[in-house]
Amino acid sequence: MPLIWLRVAVACYAVGLVYSLLLLSKRGNLLAKVVEPAVGLGLIFHFVSLVEATVLVGHISLVSIHYSESLLAFLAMVVFFVFFVGYRTTTPGIVIFPIVFVLTFTSAVGQQPVALTSPLLRNGWIFVHVVLIFTGYAGLFLSFGASLLYLVQERSLKSKKPTTLLTWLPPLQTIDDIGYRALLFGFPFMTFGIVTGSVLAIEKYGPMFFTDPKILLSFIMWAVYMLLLYTRWSSGWRGRRAAFLATFAFVIAICAWAANNFSRVHRFIPS
Amino acid sequence: MNFVLIGVNHRTAPVDVREQFAIPEARLPEAVRSLAALPGVEEAMIVSTCNRVELLARTSDSHAGCDGFFRQCFGVDPAPYRQYLYEYHDNDAVRHVFRVASSLDSMVVGEPQILGQVKEAYATARAVGAVNSHLDALLTRAFAVAKRVRNETAVATSAVSVASVAVDLAKKIFGNLEGKSVYLVGAGKMSELAARHLLAHGAKPIYVANRTYDRAVALAKKFNGEALVFDQLYETVPRADIVISSTGAPHTIFHKEHGERFLTRRRNRPMFFIDIAVPRDVDPEMNKLDGIFVYDIDDLQQVVSSHVADRHVEAEHAEAIVQVEVEKFQARLQTLDVVPTIVSLQEHLETVRQAEIDRVRGRLGTLTPEQELAVETMTRGIINKIMHTPITTLKSAARESSEVTTVIDLVRRLFGLHDAKPTLVRNHEEANVAAAGKRGASH
Repeated sequence: MPLIWLRVAVACYAVGLVYSLLLLSKRGNLLAKVVEPAVGLGLIFHFVSLVEATVLVGHISLVSIHYSESLLAFLAMVVFFVFFVGYRTTTPGIVIFPIVFVLTFTSAVGQQPVALTSPLLRNGWIFVHVVLIFTGYAGLFLSFGASLLYLVQERSLKSKKPTTLLTWLPPLQTIDDIGYRALLFGFPFMTFGIVTGSVLAIEKYGPMFFTDPKILLSFIMWAVYMLLLYTRWSSGWRGRRAAFLATFAFVIAICAWAANNFSRVHRFIPS
Repeated sequence: MNFVLIGVNHRTAPVDVREQFAIPEARLPEAVRSLAALPGVEEAMIVSTCNRVELLARTSDSHAGCDGFFRQCFGVDPAPYRQYLYEYHDNDAVRHVFRVASSLDSMVVGEPQILGQVKEAYATARAVGAVNSHLDALLTRAFAVAKRVRNETAVATSAVSVASVAVDLAKKIFGNLEGKSVYLVGAGKMSELAARHLLAHGAKPIYVANRTYDRAVALAKKFNGEALVFDQLYETVPRADIVISSTGAPHTIFHKEHGERFLTRRRNRPMFFIDIAVPRDVDPEMNKLDGIFVYDIDDLQQVVSSHVADRHVEAEHAEAIVQVEVEKFQARLQTLDVVPTIVSLQEHLETVRQAEIDRVRGRLGTLTPEQELAVETMTRGIINKIMHTPITTLKSAARESSEVTTVIDLVRRLFGLHDAKPTLVRNHEEANVAAAGKRGASH
């Protein structure tokens, strides 16, 4: 049953995906009116799916890899909506929608979900750790998206070619605000996520956990995250430099996500 | 329908010809009144703006020429001016009125003032009683068409002046202009205009620097801003988000190095330089800095002309809307022709009914309210049944313009409606009497 709801959510998110593709081809107005209710509806179905999956298991737990992908996508959408309410613009979706779609799609149609059976995952604190980290990720995604949009808008303003003045993009300052606020929003989640993770790992593996590649990457990402915030706060870095840093952080985040396979500490799949 | 329109506009006549025909606002009511009083003229109105003077009338004779109006209004013979004049009849006149009201005939297509001017002209004509049924319907429709064009096409959305383009760009950078500071370096008509536009969108405070300090003070006073010393220009410019520069300096005064310093001082908050000076005040290299946007007068002009081109594309959609509306209006007007006949037919039969009821009333004695109602319902029912066919015939005849007069004639003859003049003409006569009364009073 949770899978059916998730698939409905995927269908809704597909509208978002098409919307962002249309925006790229400068024909965004086509779906502008429906994209917001569509992804909103997707979010509701998504929530139902997550809740049902939890109810089926009987306790809060990460059921499978697919479940965690779905959870990450869900949190990214929630953060997107938080900012949508503040700024009334769907344009960051141009980056968020594809990510969310890919994550939910793989978790909705993936063959034989890899079950995470490790008893460790039945610990509620792990779930808290994951939700915190994922929310941090979501903030980073959004900020990354905003910094790309900033570059596009800046370039179009600088080119002075009237035809390239993209009318659908929000003003530069708004994009900048979204990027910065998303970072500010995500940072405490990321920090507490890493703190809870570290505490749990120390408890289980002792201080040696730190040398694990996954953990190292996570710490690097956190450092870049902080650097982003710091440069922004101290000298108001934005535009190209900020976009470069945000991309860097984003790439590390993806690596850290992928590094599960090489991780001892984070390997919950029975081999 | 017999609409006639004659006029000159910015395209057909140079300004020295147009100014000969322009009718000052104070004289307009008088001019409309005398036009409407001409023999054969049923209704009239005059639009007079700096770009056009147009006389619009509905005549009783379908082949009425305009020369008489012309002589009446301007006191000259139209022959020597023939090359500057345009003349439209019926559907072409309707189309022209729609196009003018929708700002498709304007010098700057889509400019918003013309609609207001047409509305004023209409109000003036109405006030002197020169307008009733047909012109009323035409103008009301024209305003609706203008609204449709505005809503359904982008003919009026893009900025087509340097000052409004500057505001648009500033909004693209800063979003809301509320509380964004503006710095005027040097003075000039264009930069003042740009500043005024920015202020109108909420930008403030405004700083002014000029080589002559007194001029800066005078200008600052005008904008309710603050005058700054020109020698401290580079120290004070970083406090502004938007810099409008138009000095008479022979070389650039803002260089890339200045820009870098400004950005450090501003902690990289963006700046927008509007360089209106020729030769330029701002080094174009500065545009390469992250967070500084430089637009010189040519850049702004380029945006303007591309927007103008966009408007012309949109104007084609608008023309299609106008075409459809002209056809619809024509159909409506023809029904308007049969309306007076329908009304007098209804009135006539109602009078007959009332008279008959009054006649038999005495013989019926006292009636209960129910019986009273039954009599009412029955007589009304009979009347409606009788009227049904003639009315539908009239309405369908209205759609076939060729036979409409025959059918109207026939119905009038059959029901003996000869004496009952159409309401439309009656109104017109009353209006004329009222107008004459006013005229008398004003002398």
